Amino acid sequence: MTEQAYNFAYLDEQTKRMIRRALLKALAVPGYQVPFASREMPMPYGWGTGGVQVTAACLTPEDRLKVIDQGADDTTNAVSIRKFFERTAEVETTEHTAEATVIQTRHRIPEQPLGEGQILVYQVPIPEPLRFLEPRETETRKMHALEEYGLMHVKLYEDIAHNGAISTAYAYPVKVEGRYVMDPSPIPKFDNPRLESAAIQLFGAGREQRIYALPPHTRVVSLDFEDHPFEASKADHDCDLCGCGTSYLDEVITDDAGGRMFVCSDTDFCASRQADGHRGALSPQEELA
Amino acid sequence: MMSADVMNGNVLTGGFADAPVQAARAFRAALEAMARPGRIETVEGAEAPGISTAAAVLLLTLCDRETPIHLAPGCDGAALKRWIAFHIGAPVVAAEEAMFALGGWQALKPLDRYRIGTAEYPDRSVMLIVEVESLESAGMKLTGPGIESEAALNLPEVEAFARNGLLFPLGWDCYFTAQDRLAALPRTTKVEAL
Ligand SMILES: [Zn+2]
Repeated sequence: MTEQAYNFAYLDEQTKRMIRRALLKALAVPGYQVPFASREMPMPYGWGTGGVQVTAACLTPEDRLKVIDQGADDTTNAVSIRKFFERTAEVETTEHTAEATVIQTRHRIPEQPLGEGQILVYQVPIPEPLRFLEPRETETRKMHALEEYGLMHVKLYEDIAHNGAISTAYAYPVKVEGRYVMDPSPIPKFDNPRLESAAIQLFGAGREQRIYALPPHTRVVSLDFEDHPFEASKADHDCDLCGCGTSYLDEVITDDAGGRMFVCSDTDFCASRQADGHRGALSPQEELA
Repeated sequence: MMSADVMNGNVLTGGFADAPVQAARAFRAALEAMARPGRIETVEGAEAPGISTAAAVLLLTLCDRETPIHLAPGCDGAALKRWIAFHIGAPVVAAEEAMFALGGWQALKPLDRYRIGTAEYPDRSVMLIVEVESLESAGMKLTGPGIESEAALNLPEVEAFARNGLLFPLGWDCYFTAQDRLAALPRTTKVEAL
């Protein structure tokens, strides 16, 4: 059902054109943060207004949209964004990764490899990977311009000296096509290898007003050192519901007595495996016929 | 096929009939093209005097009052200027000030006049819309971001793209347009003669 008070996909045409121009330049300079004039959206900033604006600028009525929040389709945040676009853009929605043409995500990359004809839109809270080193935007912009990434490497190396390993588990910085250092948004570093994808990846930061992008098959390297190579680590456990040994897991507390289980963070991936008959250590016992 | 109205210079026609939806579809084609250099996409829904449907669609989808346009010789007729004024409202400017530039490959030259962005803002660079006779996936070999192994596109030359590539991360980006087809070449694409 369309609400006639809204333009298609909510944003007015001029705003969409401005975002669309930024998206094209973002694709032309992979990993570089393009400034854009972020608009007020009918949801709070923490809810991914940057991602929502990018999605709004890309959607066509023919799309099938999937929205995930840390891998799950059913959180309040994901459900609200999905409903928002069902209402304002009349798009179909889906929870199945393979069926989606546009996927908006907060903090995960789906387990199932994405392909041509799919766009992954990331909600980004802090787009600037150098921000923890330098609070001033004018300075970080200069550092990117001059490829001044030495300090970033020093900080990562100090991390190793203190902790024996790079302790950053989320938003682990990457270098794009050997040029720009980029924040992949707070995805677990387990997801970093999948930043090299056949899909188009677009990143939107609403509060910080930045858009950046990775064209398909773009070279994306997680920063590391010869003596401390990057490791895409995860909990050393299998999923207790589908038995998968290679997916990213969430630890879930199951009772007051401290019981816990590990389950796939990607709910569609886990449910699809269970539907295919895969079982984990804590799967409900099958009813005997 | 261009309608008699547009041919006769009736500038009120030739725009999108349903702008939000047609612009959305057109942008998706433009996005796919820019993300996958050399990929040829088909668009529809606009016509302007003396230029291809694809070029008219790109102008309507991406340009407005905020985007100064340069019209190269051959694409700078009074009818097209009136059409742009009516449908887009973009100021028509000299090459040096343009965010978009429209014309044939030779007419757009010299290319070193256009904005290539700055070290801190490489996005502040021109988007060339190059009108060509035809587009086909043959001719020059393309490699770079967006291309899995290699792609092919009939491009007018190699040298200009090589020179543009040396400016990276600065540089211009371009669309090639013919009839209702378009393809894109961002500054990252390496072009070689086969
Ligand atoms: Zn599972």
